[in-house]
Amino acid sequence: MEGLDRILKEHAFFAAFSPEHIQLLAGCARNHRFTAGQYLFREGDPADEFFLIRQGKVALEIVAPGKEPIVFETLTDGEVAGASWLVAPYRWMFDARATTLTRAIGLDAKCLRGKCDTDHNLGYEMMKSVLSILVKRLDHTRLQIIDVYGRG
Amino acid sequence: MAPLSDPFVPELYRTVRVTRELRDTVTLELAPLSGKRPAFEPGQFNMLYAFGVGESAISISGDPAEEGTFVHTVRNVGAVSKALSALEAGAAAGLRGPFGTSWPVEGAEGSDVVIVAGGLGLAPLRPAIYHILANRDRYGRVSILYGCRNPGDILYRHELEQWRQRLDVDLTVTVDHADASWHGNAGVVPSLIKRTAFDPHDTVAMVCGPEIMMRYSMNALRGAGVSEKRIYLSMERNMKCAIGLCGHCQFGPEFVCKDGPVVPYSKVARIFALREI
Repeated sequence: MEGLDRILKEHAFFAAFSPEHIQLLAGCARNHRFTAGQYLFREGDPADEFFLIRQGKVALEIVAPGKEPIVFETLTDGEVAGASWLVAPYRWMFDARATTLTRAIGLDAKCLRGKCDTDHNLGYEMMKSVLSILVKRLDHTRLQIIDVYGRG
Repeated sequence: MAPLSDPFVPELYRTVRVTRELRDTVTLELAPLSGKRPAFEPGQFNMLYAFGVGESAISISGDPAEEGTFVHTVRNVGAVSKALSALEAGAAAGLRGPFGTSWPVEGAEGSDVVIVAGGLGLAPLRPAIYHILANRDRYGRVSILYGCRNPGDILYRHELEQWRQRLDVDLTVTVDHADASWHGNAGVVPSLIKRTAFDPHDTVAMVCGPEIMMRYSMNALRGAGVSEKRIYLSMERNMKCAIGLCGHCQFGPEFVCKDGPVVPYSKVARIFALREI
């Protein structure tokens, strides 16, 4: 468990978290290894675990029936896959597929939600960290939507 | 740069090679019908004249160390660029130039260099990349970040692949979206900046692409700690005379043709996001 403490503490996502909170979170954490092509999660599945990518590459994809999946973002070392675990109805809204061998820390979302409900300071730090990711992704999504490389 | 006898009079050039880059984009290699091709600095542009149609400002995208021809990459987006895109080997065109300011390839010596290009914005940066790679030992870490719409729109794909083979360059390509067969990055090019290793206090950034993409890239570079004085961008405006007389390309107090196209961000930061400009 001490190893996971250290890994969480060094991860940018948890930079603002207190040592006590890190220790609490480590109780919900476990190591994962995904081979290329393996899914971290799939759209519609319960969002009961989210992932800190330690090493590797993960493609976020949306699938339309009868069509090839569309990759709209790739995540890599130090980034976080998944935010839906924190917002009802706690279901993933896209697929996350490892495109290379990927090592990640998985955090048990049910366990975390419980801890955030009990300890609002922890919940607030968690909300701030997740919100910061969401704001950046919203910004990037805007850039993608307006299709800046279009033919003018 | 050799002085122009009359900057308003195009010189005659012949198309010696046409390379189809993308569905709507070609690269033209143009040689003067007489005399030597003038020298140019990375980042400068020429006014290309399609006879009977008109003139357009097109960045030089070739290697400044190679003599003999001008290389221009042209996307077919209007009447003049359509006519230029249709030129075949042997066809004549008019050319005035080179004009404008250049990328600070000498000022960046000794520093880390981050090159951020979006879409066709790679074309004006390519001469700077050629120069930096040819003089690689003069620079610190060199990173090239390139973004485009999808894998089918990657410009100079073969060269990007060659540059990525080098051990002394960190090159990342990203696309806005792709199908599952794409094993590279997806996402917007400014998002690559935080993944890139450079010393923010000793880095020169060169940025070229659609203006919105440049704005987001500026924010990411400033957020990473790079000074506005060390971020350079290439502006695009409707250039006509190319020597700062007609005012068509006015951008606040500047004329893009004469004071640009390459400018330090600190010079235009106040007006860069103004919708009236």
